[in-house]
Amino acid sequence: MRFIVALILWALPQSIAAQTWEDQRLFNGGASGQPLRIISSTDTSLFAPIIERYVAQFPDTAVEYLVAGTADTDRIFRANPEAFDVVISSAMDLQFKAANDGLARQLPDISHPSWAQWRQSLFAFTSEPAAIVINRAAFAGHPIPRTRQELIEAMRARPDVFRGRVGTYDVRKSGLGYLFATQDARSSETYWRLMEVMGALDLRLYCCSGEMINDLSDGTIAVAYNVLGSYANARIESEDVIEVIFPSDFPTTMMRTAMVSAKTRRPEAATAFIQHIISLQYSGGRNAFPLPPLAPQINDVEWATIALEPALMTFLDRLKRRRFLAEWQDAVIQIR
Amino acid sequence: MKVDLHGSRSLRNRLMLALIGGAATLALLLFFAIRNYAAQIAQHTQDTILGASATSILDAAVVWNGAVEVDIPYASFSMLTTPMDDRVFYAIYQNDTFLSGYPELAIAPIAAPIGDRDNRFQTIRHQGQDMRVVTASRTMIGQDGRMQVRIALAQTQDALSGTLAQISRNAAIFGTGFFALAALLSFWATSTTIGQLKRLTHSVTRRGPQDLSPFKKPVPLEMLPLVRSLNSLMARLDHSLSQSEDFIAEAAHRVRTPLATVRSYAEATLQRVDKKENRDAMRAMMRAIDESSRAAGQLLDHAMITFRADHLERQDIDLVGLVDELVLRLTPIAEMKDLTLQLKSEGAVHYSGDPILIQNAVRNLIDNALKYSPADGVVTIHVSGDPRPKISVCDNGKGFPKDEVGALPTRFKRGSNSEGTIGSGLGLTIAMDVATAHGGNLQLSNQEKGGACALLLL
Ligand SMILES: Nc1ncnc2c1ncn2[C@@H]1O[C@H](COP(=O)(O)OP(=O)(O)OP(=O)(O)O)[C@@H](O)[C@H]1O
Ligand SMILES: [Mg+2]
Repeated sequence: MRFIVALILWALPQSIAAQTWEDQRLFNGGASGQPLRIISSTDTSLFAPIIERYVAQFPDTAVEYLVAGTADTDRIFRANPEAFDVVISSAMDLQFKAANDGLARQLPDISHPSWAQWRQSLFAFTSEPAAIVINRAAFAGHPIPRTRQELIEAMRARPDVFRGRVGTYDVRKSGLGYLFATQDARSSETYWRLMEVMGALDLRLYCCSGEMINDLSDGTIAVAYNVLGSYANARIESEDVIEVIFPSDFPTTMMRTAMVSAKTRRPEAATAFIQHIISLQYSGGRNAFPLPPLAPQINDVEWATIALEPALMTFLDRLKRRRFLAEWQDAVIQIR
Repeated sequence: MKVDLHGSRSLRNRLMLALIGGAATLALLLFFAIRNYAAQIAQHTQDTILGASATSILDAAVVWNGAVEVDIPYASFSMLTTPMDDRVFYAIYQNDTFLSGYPELAIAPIAAPIGDRDNRFQTIRHQGQDMRVVTASRTMIGQDGRMQVRIALAQTQDALSGTLAQISRNAAIFGTGFFALAALLSFWATSTTIGQLKRLTHSVTRRGPQDLSPFKKPVPLEMLPLVRSLNSLMARLDHSLSQSEDFIAEAAHRVRTPLATVRSYAEATLQRVDKKENRDAMRAMMRAIDESSRAAGQLLDHAMITFRADHLERQDIDLVGLVDELVLRLTPIAEMKDLTLQLKSEGAVHYSGDPILIQNAVRNLIDNALKYSPADGVVTIHVSGDPRPKISVCDNGKGFPKDEVGALPTRFKRGSNSEGTIGSGLGLTIAMDVATAHGGNLQLSNQEKGGACALLLL
């Protein structure tokens, strides 16, 4: 109780205090002092073991873990960069731009391969391919599609089964969805055909991976496109209702990234946290680090990983984004 | 006479200093030139890429439904990837209206592009970092007529300064290496140059005292004047030496001949005068003439000996033969005093020396023996070559005055027993000088059975 009072007394800006979070958890609340504030797009369940290990190592530090969608994470952080110490997001482009804009603190002491970091300020710590996730029941007696093309054919063959039962990110709301969509569109025209076919089948649009997988596992939808493999995999162990397919034509792999706010008030603790994730990612194992660690085969075309380079800012350009969204809406929201 | 020459700054050091100083200057120049050139190239490379990126973005601009759309190609920013992860900023304008990108870039003072497709580059400070900015524009025709699409594209210069630092390091290593090599080379060059001088010096000092022949060995062109003047100096020296030798001989001749004439006149006059006091006066006069003649002869001999001793010319001689010839020449004088000259030797004694000097020395010793020993005595001259060549002249007179033996060879020194004998006090001096010139000495002693013994060690 005392802590909450203290928290309010820390005079956080009104907008932050009023912020409603998807999830919010305080680790090691007993520790005195200002907690390390982490704003993240990753579900608490996946990050909790990582943070628990951290506070075990630094018992004097409390960690407040705040969850928001990727686009929200970026927006909230940009509005109040001094209110957060660590920013974690799967939207590489938004993270990259934040770092490019000087919002991230440079941490020269952290050693990380050059392809997995940018400017010693943005650090990648997972490799997560975008996946097609299907509900097995919908494909009983039919071949399971392995590529986008096969998925298009399967949906065309049985439109009645899939009508209203296909889902993907609403790229207008989800930063990660937008990243996946733009990277897909960059790689192949198949993406647009897929969107057109899905649009014709009354595509359902989601803000986040979690909900999409929930709908998938209870059969509300039969196919989810561009879902995070990591989230789906977390469920597939308990339920064999769904199957995760990494499309073999052109897989898109994203790296989750973390950075320390340039205006952090706890630079040492924040740096230690980044160091903690990076080393845990290398050595952690499934229990300590529930997310897929960085894939070493970064240059393999089969698993083309989105590179941390200035090109990530291309689709964030106002004109470019407007144009892309217009096209996307044309394809997806056909009659509506 | 020895002159203390004060050496001014060493030629070698001067040469080294000049060469190494030059090398250092060159190395520094090289370093800055390389760095400057590399900086230009590196900047040019960045500019080229920035320019290409800006051009590709402008190329993607289209007028669509009356509005400007810029569909930035993915490659435009991709090509700006650098190893140091440089930051990228851009701003797109339609005429003066901001369209997209970073509006704050507009605040920075960026020069407007001059004309179509003309890239302008400059370095600005933005967000606390130095950035290279390219500005470019393109004219398009819209519904309302012409319009300008402009772009400003900025990139930080971390990779560039990284490259420059690397190049600077390499250039520094290169410059230092160059300097070290040049220093080594200059050391070598100096050594060889000074070596030539040293060689000449060596060949000068190695020469014998009489060797005044010109240097004929080839010398470097620069040293030719020095060697030439050295040769001419030696030629002059040679000339004046032979001249003074001639002069001594000439002088001896000129002094002795008139004295001899005067003496013979005096003798003739003595025959013709009868008065006792006149005869005594004539005798005293003749004696004085004899003294003068002797002194002149000895003085000139001494001068000749000093000169010859300074330029000792050795030749192979047989000492026994030499002394024998002398004994033969002096025998008539000895007989006049009823003295016997006896030469003892065991075969020939070969020696390399100046026969004129040795003969002169021995003649003085025999002369003394004849002068200072009584009649009917025997003067023994012993020549032997074992262990070293020596000539002893012993008589059976009263011997050297004991307390004066050490001082007798000094110039003009005559002993207490010399009263009544004609002499100048130079005889033993000459013998001593000759012995010294040949690397030996003169030993004077009295024999136990009486009589003086002079030993000329060669
Ligand atoms: N054989 C000798 N016996 C005794 N005294 C000698 C003998 N030889 C030399 N002296 C002494 O040594 C002195 C120096 O000798 P020295 O030959 O130098 O001069 P000098 O005979 O007097 O003159 P000169 O120059 O004409 O020979 C002599 O005056 C004499 O006193
Ligand atoms: Mg004498």
